[in-house]
Amino acid sequence: MAKRIEALDLSCYYGKHKAVENVTMTIEPKAVTALIGPSGCGKSTFLRSLNRLHEVIPGAHITGQVLLDDRDIYAPGVDPVALRRSVGMVFQRPNPFPTMSIFDNVAAGLKLGGSKGKDLEVVVERALTGAHLWAEVKDRLKKPALALSGGQQQRLCIARAIAVEPEVLLMDEPCSALDPISTLAIEDLIAELKDRYTIVIVTHNMQQASRVSETTGFFTLAGAGQPGVLVEFDATSRIFSVPSDKRTEDYITGRTG
Amino acid sequence: MSATAMSGPGAASTSQVWKVTGRRAVVNRLMTMAMYLAFLIAVIPLALVIWYTVGKGMTRFGWSFLTHSMAGVGPDDITGGIYHAIIGTVEQLFIAAAISVPLGLLVAIYLNEYGAKGFSTVVRLLVDVMTGIPSIVAGLFVLAFWVLGLHEGYSGFAGSMALAILMLPVVTRSSEEMLRLVPDTLREAAYALGIPKWRVILSIIVPTARTGITTGIMLAVARVTGETAPLLLTAAGTLFVNKNVFHGQQEALPLYVFSSAASGTPADVNRAWAAAFTLILIVVLLYVIARLLTRRDATRR
Amino acid sequence: MTQSTPAVGSPPTATGTPRRARRIEPFRGITFAAAVLVLLILGAIAVFLVVKAIPSLKKDHSNFFTTKGWAPDGDPPMFGIAVLVFGTILSSVIALVLAIPVALGVAIFVVEYAPRRLATWLGYLIDMLATVPSVVYGLWGLIFLVPHIRGFQHFLATKFGWIPIFDDPNNRTSVASRSIFVASVVLAIMVLPVIAAISREVLRQVDPNLKEAALALGATRWEMVRYALLPPSRPGIIGGIMLGLGRALGETIAIALVLGTSFAVSFHILQPGGNTIAANIANYFGEAGTTGRSALIATGLVLFIMTLCVNLIARTVIYRAAVKQGTAR
Repeated sequence: MAKRIEALDLSCYYGKHKAVENVTMTIEPKAVTALIGPSGCGKSTFLRSLNRLHEVIPGAHITGQVLLDDRDIYAPGVDPVALRRSVGMVFQRPNPFPTMSIFDNVAAGLKLGGSKGKDLEVVVERALTGAHLWAEVKDRLKKPALALSGGQQQRLCIARAIAVEPEVLLMDEPCSALDPISTLAIEDLIAELKDRYTIVIVTHNMQQASRVSETTGFFTLAGAGQPGVLVEFDATSRIFSVPSDKRTEDYITGRTG
Repeated sequence: MSATAMSGPGAASTSQVWKVTGRRAVVNRLMTMAMYLAFLIAVIPLALVIWYTVGKGMTRFGWSFLTHSMAGVGPDDITGGIYHAIIGTVEQLFIAAAISVPLGLLVAIYLNEYGAKGFSTVVRLLVDVMTGIPSIVAGLFVLAFWVLGLHEGYSGFAGSMALAILMLPVVTRSSEEMLRLVPDTLREAAYALGIPKWRVILSIIVPTARTGITTGIMLAVARVTGETAPLLLTAAGTLFVNKNVFHGQQEALPLYVFSSAASGTPADVNRAWAAAFTLILIVVLLYVIARLLTRRDATRR
Repeated sequence: MTQSTPAVGSPPTATGTPRRARRIEPFRGITFAAAVLVLLILGAIAVFLVVKAIPSLKKDHSNFFTTKGWAPDGDPPMFGIAVLVFGTILSSVIALVLAIPVALGVAIFVVEYAPRRLATWLGYLIDMLATVPSVVYGLWGLIFLVPHIRGFQHFLATKFGWIPIFDDPNNRTSVASRSIFVASVVLAIMVLPVIAAISREVLRQVDPNLKEAALALGATRWEMVRYALLPPSRPGIIGGIMLGLGRALGETIAIALVLGTSFAVSFHILQPGGNTIAANIANYFGEAGTTGRSALIATGLVLFIMTLCVNLIARTVIYRAAVKQGTAR
């Protein structure tokens, strides 16, 4: 089910401003790929171009190609809305829909995305189990989602994302707003999820990247006021022990921030 | 500057240590008194207005007052009531809301969720202009267009059209504000799930903002409940109960207060007070409910 | 990422992603149509008022702008807005002069001087008072204020009659008091909660750091108010005042009740009589013939234009003040 993503010479623009320049990388299925680098160097922008969420901002566009299992997701005739059911996303701050219960949140993607006829209860249970949240909430599915703790809310968002059965899961710093215990819980979850999905995780936390990912990409700014670029993309073990590029090494060892 | 400073060791035992004296202190005291005075000056007439209305209104207020109309009641008779006026006001407000709320909400959605650069600015500007339309001008328009121009004649419906014109910009503006308060991250989460935009708006964004939007609507209704001028020219008023809001002149509470007050006979004036009291009750009720609702707002932290 | 005008699926520039099929979204069309409809309504209002006003203007045998009488159904029709515009502006100006200092004082009082718990309730109270219908103020003005203020008016006329506006040549203030002055007082009372409510809201939103900084420098409470609280609030307070002005200009019912149906107005505000555009429409509408109605519509048009100008001036003033402060958006 999980799919391979290939970015070919991808550049991301906000209007005339180029935020990310010429990224080429291959993201393997059923694995975790981490994107690390200092703030503001385009990691999140790049991530958002993989599910075409980037273009929700007026004037935002890309050049280059993004292939999902050899099919260009930016080809004419591709419906971004349909695409996003295949490529899901979890965000930095947990964002359950405030007016909905836990059950309705998880079911939201299905009910509102137009998949009819599926047995919602089965799907919700499956998703919550997959997100390691089922045991904690199974007795209060109809309670408001906001009553959950931060870590639980983020797992709820993960459940919501996997309920629509995507092939890829994009995660934009999913643990940065959480306490260390919840962070570890989510990292365990990611280790399990990678058996079924292609996972791309943007993180500020280098230790996290080295813990959870097989492959790591290091982004940085080409220079002051310049767009972000992909400096190095390699197996995680190599990036963190013998990086090829000096910039990567500086970042890893903390010489640059 | 004349602040008296400490004068060396041992001065800590003095009670008068740091003190602002002279002109600055005097000015400060004067202005403090001025603020209290302003408050009093404001409170007194406003309290008088409320006090008087409640006091005089309560004498004539009562069940029979609420359930009888002015049919067959002369200006000096002490019977009669506002039943016809209440029916008229309720029906007119209902229709005014039915027109202005969906329309205002749709425009607010367009401005905040879709919107094209130049066009949106123009629409916002003109909606702002519309908030400033004097109520009598709104009445004049409906008079010129509907009552006379299309020869539809006076009716409660014409009145509700004028009221809708007054409500529309208020509903639009407050709804837009409320939609804007919904955090973008919710929109992103919804788009990322592959939910089409219109569904995101109707099933997620609007419900999240629904408390604020409802408050805005109730406040708009409270504001037009007491509008007399536009109704003078459109619904025109009558002594009789008219349950058909689409046909024929209809009475309304503020109209009733106006005509009774203008008539001047003691009986009419007494009824005017009672009707004014009823009006204030309704407006205050709407206002209180709106305020209570804001406590349950989903967009407040 | 701000999304002030989001648009999913909008085609990018020529050098970028190839054009893709635009998703057809009927809902977007519906909301767009609603926006267009609102514009049409506003346009229709302007157009109709003009169209219906013109017949009377053509028949007017006198200069519409300078004539002081009102006889549009007469033979020949002679009417003018001089008295009405004058009365409208005069009563609104006096009302504002009376209301602004008090409203500002109340707002500052509630925000700064009142005890905290009382302040919240007072805030609600002021908001609520701003929604009391004007017809109630009119009723109160007519029944209570007119008789009770006679003594005060007479006092003004006798002790301060040397000031031209308080002049009372025929000693009418001892008996009658349905004057522009009383009407303005009622207007002031009505407009006061509006200005106070808005000012209070604006003052409440001033950054507490600014206030603390002033106090930390050794300012007295009044100095803190004057130098730290009021300046950043100026655009918002002006907006509130303009809103109050707009309400005063358009106020129909309270004035119609207090002033009755007179047509004379002079600078002597204590003299009985006076009229405003809005009150005139309300009072004469019932007995107006075709030309009369058209003439009233013409005055309504003038009122509309006046409030429009006030609105636009207010926006410009507020914008300029915000630019000076650096808070313009």
